[in-house]
Amino acid sequence: MGYSINHLRELESEAIYVLREVAAQFENPCILFSGGKDSILLTHLAKKAFYPAKIPFPLVHIDTGHNFPETLTFRDDLAKELQAKLIVGSVQSMIDTGMAHEETGANASRNIAQIPTLLDTIEKHKFDALMGGARRDEEKARAKERFFSHRDEFSQWDPKNQRPELWNLYNGKKHHGEHFRVFPISNWTELDVWQYIGMENIALPSLYYAHKRRIFERDGVILSESPFITLREGEEIREEIVRFRTMGDATITGAYRSDADTIDKIIQEVAAARSTERGSRADDKRSETAMEDRKKEGYF
Amino acid sequence: MSNNTFDSASYMSMELLRFTTAGSVDDGKSTLIGRLLYDSKSIFEDQMEAVKASSEKRGDDHINLALVTDGLKSEREQGITIDVAYRYFATPKRKFIIADTPGHIQYTRNMVTGASTANLAIILVDARKGIIEQTKRHSLIASLLGIPHVTICINKMDLVDYDQATYESIKADYKRFASKLHVKDVTFIPISALYGDNVVNTSDNMPWYNGTTLMYHLENVHIANDRNYIDGRFPVQTVIRPQSDTFHDFRGYAGRVSGGVFRAGDEVKAWPSGFTTKIKAIHCDNQEVEEAFDPMSVVMTLEDEIDISRGDMITRSNNEPKTGQDIDAMICWMDDSKSLQLGGKYTLIHTTKQCRCVVKSIEYRMDINTLSKDQENRTIDLNDIGRVKLRTTVPLFYDEYSRNRVTGSFILVDEGSNVTVGACMIRS
Repeated sequence: MGYSINHLRELESEAIYVLREVAAQFENPCILFSGGKDSILLTHLAKKAFYPAKIPFPLVHIDTGHNFPETLTFRDDLAKELQAKLIVGSVQSMIDTGMAHEETGANASRNIAQIPTLLDTIEKHKFDALMGGARRDEEKARAKERFFSHRDEFSQWDPKNQRPELWNLYNGKKHHGEHFRVFPISNWTELDVWQYIGMENIALPSLYYAHKRRIFERDGVILSESPFITLREGEEIREEIVRFRTMGDATITGAYRSDADTIDKIIQEVAAARSTERGSRADDKRSETAMEDRKKEGYF
Repeated sequence: MSNNTFDSASYMSMELLRFTTAGSVDDGKSTLIGRLLYDSKSIFEDQMEAVKASSEKRGDDHINLALVTDGLKSEREQGITIDVAYRYFATPKRKFIIADTPGHIQYTRNMVTGASTANLAIILVDARKGIIEQTKRHSLIASLLGIPHVTICINKMDLVDYDQATYESIKADYKRFASKLHVKDVTFIPISALYGDNVVNTSDNMPWYNGTTLMYHLENVHIANDRNYIDGRFPVQTVIRPQSDTFHDFRGYAGRVSGGVFRAGDEVKAWPSGFTTKIKAIHCDNQEVEEAFDPMSVVMTLEDEIDISRGDMITRSNNEPKTGQDIDAMICWMDDSKSLQLGGKYTLIHTTKQCRCVVKSIEYRMDINTLSKDQENRTIDLNDIGRVKLRTTVPLFYDEYSRNRVTGSFILVDEGSNVTVGACMIRS
């Protein structure tokens, strides 16, 4: 038997199929680009899906203002290389104009302030499909998300009333003012993502690889020194070899002690890892259903 | 079993197996999945901590592995799975996608959804109860949705003292019943999900059982022939026309091969235009590939410029699909607000094609517990399965579902609400 492709090629083919369905079914779709590896992977797949034509969607970044500088440089370079249109929705300017609120208190983050910024960007540009690099293995509320996830005119997700999704038939029909969130890499796991990045030799921000960094510890999470964080009593900066497994805001994304400075070492490390990648995300630890609650309101 | 080491050579040859799990309330389905994930070391420490904490909060006296799979709030409260949840794990041989579906009759549509993409179905039978109506219903769905492999896990063997006679009699009962269905490959495995017997590790409690464990079966069941490599089918998703100097004359047809094998130089026919031409090249990203087969996503260029757009289909010219506007199909109804309307008009989505259709007749409603055809009460309500005849506004290019699960399936969409209301499998 000669006709078989491995699991990574099958996932790739599925994602490309979904990306092309979005291009064909919607008038004004976009890719939500966070600068993390999953959205970089998604952008890479989009390039493949339409080659030799350019990616027929803009990249949309909801910039919290608390990003790692490496993420922003990488974003700009990638958009330039792909000749893709880049649209930035700024949380800072939403806060400045009073349309979003800055969280205060002990574990303040700009996660919640992302929601009005995202919704404002959707309305301003009239996007009818927003593709994201979310995966079902990330979090239990995401395990039930469809590839094509319908949002009403208030951008709300109704997990109890999702459209059935059968075979590879994706129903993107909607009423005026509604939109879809689309997740082409739903079926990938963290390990699949890393294996594929290795197989395809995809460039990533340097933060993902082990490097020397000035860090401190807070509630058991290793955080990077950052202009957005004020040290508390007893916390002190030291230098260690670390890397990041996910790419959120500098204020909440925990680093890992790791010497994995090549893709092969990362794959080994991920395969052997004993905790999930979101385990170091302070935003998911707020309550047992934190993600589900945020998603209903329109969070990605 | 796996020690979860992945060297770059081994993961390049891993296969993907999608399976669905259906079971009745309380027959231990969530526990089985929790067990598969736990014993294959796919549950991370922080997830395990969360499950432990939830178990304690609920007052469970052991770590409740079922909590691993029950994602949404209302499910955790009610203790049942109400939607399709997808789970992932991998061993060095295969990556697995589990479509975990609820077993109760009111969730038939969820079972159908989970079954639509599966290579294999695990059907759980409680060893104390034997074959019950739900077992029959799940088997019917597996058969109707054309799942190539069915694995009957006779669970809770610990509660029947691991008794061989009990297992053999359930197996015989099932075989008698399944002879009426179209299931190609059935395997029986006696297990205890709670204690792990024959799930990942061979059970010492059932020395009389000579078969494999469930995990071994999942890792080794032969799936390479599940796809159709005979009938060349390529539904066109979109046309790629780069507006650039380098690729000025490039006109490529993007799609996913949905049957058969295509090679550069092959003679192909475009539908509905009927024109015949040859494949100039097949592209995957910036590379040309010699051949493309199910399920590869590729771009094809053709020797002649012919009019092809989204919704059209390219096939091998010596192997034509059926074509027509009168479709005879099995339907599973998914709308909870109204029943299938005789004479009703719906949007129909088949491969990449969209058109409208009218329901010409409802032949019968199937009693999914007895497998009998009810011609008296032909109302098709939520979760009902029946046989319908439809007339479409334009011809479809299709195959029988039993021959091709992609070109043989379609969905109906309500024209008012835009909701997917029917899942259909073409008979002829």
